[in-house]
Amino acid sequence: MADLEGLYEAILTGDAKAAVALTEQALAEKTDPQTLIHKSMIPAMNEAGQRYECEEYFVPELLLAARAMKGSLELIRPLLVASGASTAGRVVIGTVKGDLHDIGKNLVGSMLEGGGFDVIDLGADVPADKFVATVQEKQAQLVCMSALLTVTMPSMKTTIDALAAAGLREKVKVLVGGAPVTAEYASEIGADGFAENASTAVAAARRLLAAG
Amino acid sequence: MALHPFIAELIARGPVLTDGAWGTELQRRGLAAEELPDAWNLNRPGEVEQVARAYVEAGSQVILTNTFRSNRIAVGERHTPREVANLNAAGVAISRRAAEGKALVFASIGPSGKLLLTGDVTEAQLSEAFSEQAQALADGGADALVIETMSDLGEARLAVAAAKATGLAVVACMVFDSGKQRDRTMMGATPEQAAEALAEAGADVVGANCGNGIAGYVPVCERLSHAGLPVWIKPNAGLPEMVEGRVVFRSSPEEFASHIQGLIQAGAAFIGGCCGTNPDYLRAARRILDLGPSPPCA
Repeated sequence: MADLEGLYEAILTGDAKAAVALTEQALAEKTDPQTLIHKSMIPAMNEAGQRYECEEYFVPELLLAARAMKGSLELIRPLLVASGASTAGRVVIGTVKGDLHDIGKNLVGSMLEGGGFDVIDLGADVPADKFVATVQEKQAQLVCMSALLTVTMPSMKTTIDALAAAGLREKVKVLVGGAPVTAEYASEIGADGFAENASTAVAAARRLLAAG
Repeated sequence: MALHPFIAELIARGPVLTDGAWGTELQRRGLAAEELPDAWNLNRPGEVEQVARAYVEAGSQVILTNTFRSNRIAVGERHTPREVANLNAAGVAISRRAAEGKALVFASIGPSGKLLLTGDVTEAQLSEAFSEQAQALADGGADALVIETMSDLGEARLAVAAAKATGLAVVACMVFDSGKQRDRTMMGATPEQAAEALAEAGADVVGANCGNGIAGYVPVCERLSHAGLPVWIKPNAGLPEMVEGRVVFRSSPEEFASHIQGLIQAGAAFIGGCCGTNPDYLRAARRILDLGPSPPCA
């Protein structure tokens, strides 16, 4: 019998080693991967996000939980692919042109990976055409952009305009974030969503893709 | 804890006014988003000196240097180690010229921009980068070193150790902008935990800079003072907001100055401003400091 409770705890407490061992054990016992995902892993990440919102968790705890989740997911993903089930969605993420700050973007990327998304990280100082080309080539459903500097925030709009010019705007959702970015700014530049932090980014990404 | 004699003498006659923002002031003078601000120390030293001089004229007793990003990790591949050392030396020389003996020069050391936790950088790499920068600043003739805008105590402690090795007095400050009360670092440390860890690492002054504006830093200041070390506070002029495509900081110089008395009462020994503040904010703060302590309530 798979230790669903133990896997939940291992992910919630960021114990990657235990999470991987318990996942291996469960898979060896022929537990349905979907059961692991829906009974242990996603609830654990949801709880980690909840604890972050309630200030019981901060960035380190959140990041460790995401890494434990990723460790488990890497074991499970080949089985999901084989059974025809897809990931939560394909995301292209980057810090916009002119901005070299990548800590926040990296945290969001880790959380999205932990959330089951297939994440393509373009790094920092990413020009608009790089976002456009990657969305096109990888058939991504979501673009996540980060900016830490007020002076680089307009690069987000440049990218959104470039996606539109390439005829991709209807095919891809855009989520923005970063210290100076606000919900008002996000709607002003025509983004689909805004996330205040790495924890809410995952929920926002799911919401945007579910909305289709 | 024994007070560093240089710091003790400096703060003996009451709170010391430091300076305001550099990055936003350089942007006003044409610094582009993708440019490394510190590169102006070599390319446009005149403009950098104008910023420093404006703070001295506003009444700053301590000015910093345009060297926040001048460590080999933060500048990335764009500059050789030799160039990084030159950026630091030039930064100190510019502030020294602007000070003309009327202000002290505390040289700025900012974060690496990489996280230890994610393995993007190692402790050894951080120590090496901070040691290199601290030594270049000390060799350039800085009066003291300021480690600022740190989010991770682990990284800050390494920077403090590197800075202490130069023999100069060391100020270490963190950003408190997380949690519902905006009184935690990004990694979750409280002001008490930060002050204690920084003191243990050897800091002579502990503090807070940047963040979400001055009002929230009054209680943070009081809590930092529990470690028994002098406290350094340099808040933002509120959070930047985009209004019709322009960046606006919401606190006015007057509003900023209205919290200075609160900071003094909370035990601040060094007071200045961070992003969005300019010489007007410092002049307003100077006026409050020159009034001396407020009379006790009747």
